[in-house]
Amino acid sequence: MAQMTMVQAVNNALDVELGRDKSVLVFGEDVGQNGGVFRATDGLQAKYGKDRVFDTPLAESGIIGLANGLAMQGFRPVAEIQFFGFVFEAMDEIAGQAARMRFRTNGRYTCPLVVRSPFGGGNKTPEMHADSLEGLFVQTPGLRVVIPSNPYDAKGLLISAIRDNDPVIFLEHMKLYRSLRAEVPEEAYTVPLDKANVVREGRDLTVIAYGAMVHTALKAAEELAKQRGVQAEVIDLRSVNPIDIETIVTSVKKTHRAVVVQEAQRSAGAAAEIIAQINEHAIYHLEGPVLRVTPPDTVYPFAQIEDEWIPDSAQVLRGFDKVLSL
Amino acid sequence: MADTAMLRKPSDVTDDVLLNLYTEMVRLRVFDRRCVRLQRAGRIGTYPPLEGQEACQVASTLALRRQDFVVPTYRDYGAMMVHGVPMEHILMYWNGRAEGCEIPDDVNVFPIAVPIATQLPHAAGLAWAAKLRGIDQVALGFFGDGASSEGDFHEALNFAGVFQIPVIFFCENNQYAISVPFRRQTATQTIAEKAAAYGVRGVRVNGQDALEVYRAVRSAVEQAAAGGGPTLIEALTYRYGAHTTSDDPSKYRDPSEADAWRERDPIVQLRQSLVSWGLWDDEAETELLERLESEVTAAVARMEALGPPNPDHLFDCVYAELSPHLERQRRALRAELKDWEGTDQ
Repeated sequence: MAQMTMVQAVNNALDVELGRDKSVLVFGEDVGQNGGVFRATDGLQAKYGKDRVFDTPLAESGIIGLANGLAMQGFRPVAEIQFFGFVFEAMDEIAGQAARMRFRTNGRYTCPLVVRSPFGGGNKTPEMHADSLEGLFVQTPGLRVVIPSNPYDAKGLLISAIRDNDPVIFLEHMKLYRSLRAEVPEEAYTVPLDKANVVREGRDLTVIAYGAMVHTALKAAEELAKQRGVQAEVIDLRSVNPIDIETIVTSVKKTHRAVVVQEAQRSAGAAAEIIAQINEHAIYHLEGPVLRVTPPDTVYPFAQIEDEWIPDSAQVLRGFDKVLSL
Repeated sequence: MADTAMLRKPSDVTDDVLLNLYTEMVRLRVFDRRCVRLQRAGRIGTYPPLEGQEACQVASTLALRRQDFVVPTYRDYGAMMVHGVPMEHILMYWNGRAEGCEIPDDVNVFPIAVPIATQLPHAAGLAWAAKLRGIDQVALGFFGDGASSEGDFHEALNFAGVFQIPVIFFCENNQYAISVPFRRQTATQTIAEKAAAYGVRGVRVNGQDALEVYRAVRSAVEQAAAGGGPTLIEALTYRYGAHTTSDDPSKYRDPSEADAWRERDPIVQLRQSLVSWGLWDDEAETELLERLESEVTAAVARMEALGPPNPDHLFDCVYAELSPHLERQRRALRAELKDWEGTDQ
């Protein structure tokens, strides 16, 4: 089996789906000739032609707006927003248009598009490139929001996203693009869009994370086991809309304690939603309050201080210690 | 601007088309005036009247072919009806009913765009889909003068120019974006001249002249279908009434302005021409009005015969399949709503 980085797995997923289904189109700024600023679409235009993999004008709202038109006519557009920090330009076309089209037309028209976008911090990018904005779309009915944490999931989830009949926001953490390799089958396979994955089993504490924070949480969990002999169960959420609360509750009923680790700011995002749902479904199984380890509710910082702002494994470990002490 | 086109009977438009243009315009006016009365009586919700813009909506849509797309704004329900959306659906929509959003499967009309200019990239995308598939299909996206200030206007025209998309951008320049006059919307003299910036053909027509609108759109459809790319058409028109039934135009316009436009009313002008060409008379007019009043009355009756809205709809079309958490929320809402009856199946 091939070893792939996450960006190679994304490229491979697009390749497989372009080859399988003629209605799949891949487009965005610099995705054609250049193969994408991260090379996620490298080689695809040469293989599938300029009618199916192409460069667009520099216009995020136009890219998603045209993708909506194409999707309503039966195409499966995979549109790229070059950096998710630029998604505000396309907010109406995503949240106002794509997400609501099925509802507004009682199912006559739908927008089964995928919006792929690199996001996430820790890469010393210029300003406004690194925000974790998934919370905006957690609160948008009609959308799915998928965030893989590794190459295998990235390929399987992206294929599922392209085949899914709802609009999917597919967020690729930039720090994970090339930092790890894993075995990825060359052929097509799917990973379900709404099932969380238990990536480390444990009986003492449930840790919920997604994207790059899965790796930070795993590192802290190993340290916790080494220091205190306490076993954390780490859940990789994979999707923040919908949230697989069943997997979380099953784990919490076993461990009786939980903590959410999130790279996005603290308030009103996925972590807040997860904690609310744990309270609704499992409060009598809890030994103490569920906490969250997050950056503060401040604007994403300039590059020189982002590593202090984003939770690291030491901060996450302190969060574990606090949850266990309450 | 003299409306001289009506003086001589045209040789390039059939009598059927001439009569269709007229009867559809009258249909919209009868419908529109009834809707304003229904709103005043509390029988429908807020409503945006179209009176004055009948030639723009009817002539542009009749110049399309059945397979072409109409991509409307909130004031283009007239064009939607001309292209095949049932009248009662339009009534239901303005009465806040989900059933009003339903568009028959064989009618190529898109849902009403509410924010401004968002429909223009859609129109370009729809037409692009046809081009990619090699299907002979054109999309016509309506917009107003205010929409030309939005980024989506620019992005849609730019895409259409770059990709030579078979799309028509049809501007009903009715001189006001709610209260803001055209002169405060743009420093250019026309909307049509903006087309040049995108390498797109720009045309300006008298939007009170149904034949002139019809010919301009027919020509744009022919060009698009032949691979000649997009056209921007600016039709000069005027909304006689308020922006919506919640608006009071006397706050921002002198009533004499509307009076002056009414002297060039598209329906009155075409009727005079039809009469002079021997295609219309008082008897036909009386019959038409009776038929249309009955049609609207029947549509209103169908709207008012709807039972209470079904709360299941809230959950039906949010996703392709209902997720477990939405299913739980649906059950919880059912428990809250004591009157939620007859919807268990």
